[in-house]
Amino acid sequence: MTVLHRVETDLAEADTATAAPRHSPLEHRGAEFERATALGPRGVRLREEPFLTQLNLRVPPDDAVSEAVAEALDLTPPAANKVSGDEGRALLWLGPDEWLLVAEEERARGALRAVRSAQQDASGSSVDVSANRTTLRLAGPAAREVLEKVCSLDLHPRAFSVGDCAQTLLGRTVAVLWQVGPDPEYRVLVRCSFAEYLADLLLDAMAEFLEG
Amino acid sequence: MLLIRCPWCGDRDEVEFRYGGQADVAYPTDPHELDDAEWGNFLFVRANPMGALTERWVHTAGCRRWFSVVRDTATNEMTPDIPRRRESR
Ligand SMILES: [Zn+2]
Repeated sequence: MTVLHRVETDLAEADTATAAPRHSPLEHRGAEFERATALGPRGVRLREEPFLTQLNLRVPPDDAVSEAVAEALDLTPPAANKVSGDEGRALLWLGPDEWLLVAEEERARGALRAVRSAQQDASGSSVDVSANRTTLRLAGPAAREVLEKVCSLDLHPRAFSVGDCAQTLLGRTVAVLWQVGPDPEYRVLVRCSFAEYLADLLLDAMAEFLEG
Repeated sequence: MLLIRCPWCGDRDEVEFRYGGQADVAYPTDPHELDDAEWGNFLFVRANPMGALTERWVHTAGCRRWFSVVRDTATNEMTPDIPRRRESR
């Protein structure tokens, strides 16, 4: 990896106050998600968490640069298939030289600039991919059962728990799966154009838990 | 369904992968030296053993990394091609 990519797309730094109103892929389905919420000991609920800032970082593995990049973000380098940080600002491991910063907008300001100054002239890249995916949040005692219907990974706590992440197939689409809470609670990052499909799939999987 | 071990992500369903064919097929030092038959051999002719074959796979639906495994073509049993593991990003 010797090519230096510096794509100057910089959504995270944009002045959103003057920008046109944004639309998330699932904004029109909020009421439907609400109606699909199942309560009780076998409950599960789904909602969209739109507009999280996502930066795709390619950093050389086992290298001073990766340490510097993590430090610039005030986070620790994530171990393989793990997440470091908290859900408001986290580094997800996507590959041996690839991380994804996922953060609330307010907590991502200046992140791209900080990463780039840490990368300096080292090989790698940092690209704002916030518009690439939206985030679904699936929570409740039955959340794991719902996911298991569409995912072939072993999601039992002995194999997958809080702070773990995985890129895998959910139904027919690729997604980044991240367990954020023990209840259990998951974030699912999915390409915008597949968000409707995945929402349909999850709503269908949730239907049996709805009473009546 | 085969369970394939990605060196980075662990055991995953076969559907998450794409096949990359025989590993270690060297590009000709000077392609212009080759006649059509030799060039055709390089492009299309691959080993077809009943037994161990070193192959390339890519974890398309996961980490998107290429890696090599040794697969027994008779039993589909796979073992990692350890020495190549870390260079195969
Ligand atoms: Zn993988």
